[in-house]
Amino acid sequence: MTSGLETLITPELEALKGQWRATTWSPPVSASDIRKWAIATWWPQTPPPLHWDEAYAAATRWGGIVAPPDFNPFAWPIVRIPLAPLPSPKGVKLTSLNGGQTETYGVPQRPGDVIAERVRVQDFRERQGRFGLMLYVDVETEWTNQDAVLVRRRISTFVRY
Amino acid sequence: MTQTLHFEDVRLGDILPAWTRTTDFMHWNRYAAVNDEFMPFHMDDEDGRRAGNPAGAFGMGNLRFAYMLNALQAWIGDAAEVRELTCRYRLMNQKHDELTVVGRVVAADLVGDEGQVRLEIDVTNQEGESTCPGHAIVILPRRAAT
Repeated sequence: MTSGLETLITPELEALKGQWRATTWSPPVSASDIRKWAIATWWPQTPPPLHWDEAYAAATRWGGIVAPPDFNPFAWPIVRIPLAPLPSPKGVKLTSLNGGQTETYGVPQRPGDVIAERVRVQDFRERQGRFGLMLYVDVETEWTNQDAVLVRRRISTFVRY
Repeated sequence: MTQTLHFEDVRLGDILPAWTRTTDFMHWNRYAAVNDEFMPFHMDDEDGRRAGNPAGAFGMGNLRFAYMLNALQAWIGDAAEVRELTCRYRLMNQKHDELTVVGRVVAADLVGDEGQVRLEIDVTNQEGESTCPGHAIVILPRRAAT
């Protein structure tokens, strides 16, 4: 809860606005990871063969297996680089929830792709809500493939209170 | 999944075929496993309550997002593509919720050579409540072009 606070916007948060963090790269996308992602998100239904059947997928306009648009190639890194936490007022521990997202898709991910990611705080605003003062932070995440072609742009709105 | 929805087949007001899942830890844990998403409030009732959900642990917004993408894919087929999807998480996904992706065509336009179709989209629960309203844009092949 944030009762008693006048603002959740700190100078540190202001300084982050618009600044891209260093680019990171995914491990190569694997067909097996695509298959498992499709199974998990379509469960208990058999997922579309476009995501696991090479012969089927080869006959489609895509010419081979492609990942579902939301497939995350950055899951399960060997070395975890902790995300720098969004700044909070000193001494305040905020809960952060996923308030919503917009995803725009470019080319699909395919087995063997290596995806580059860069992230920045795009914008923020605050208002009173059911948990007191609530901060809405828009974080932009851009993915491009090894050919520098856009794969996905996501704007996530994190609700912090 | 071999059917193809063509741009010329779509009319304003067309309804997205319903796509339903009844979710609980079995679904959430599968998703956590592939997305490496082990937030405590998705795993543990006490942590869920601490995060403000009296019923305890709750499902991932990202999983409902996947459900919307899947419902769209099931409707448009493999020759089409989802270009954009947006939603705002309004209600939490509680254990044993019956979630249904619902949608309706609100625009269909040719943009250059692309057949762009815009839908209002949402995931409703068993009470018919809206949990994550938003919109989607899909690109459909044109009949003359296939």
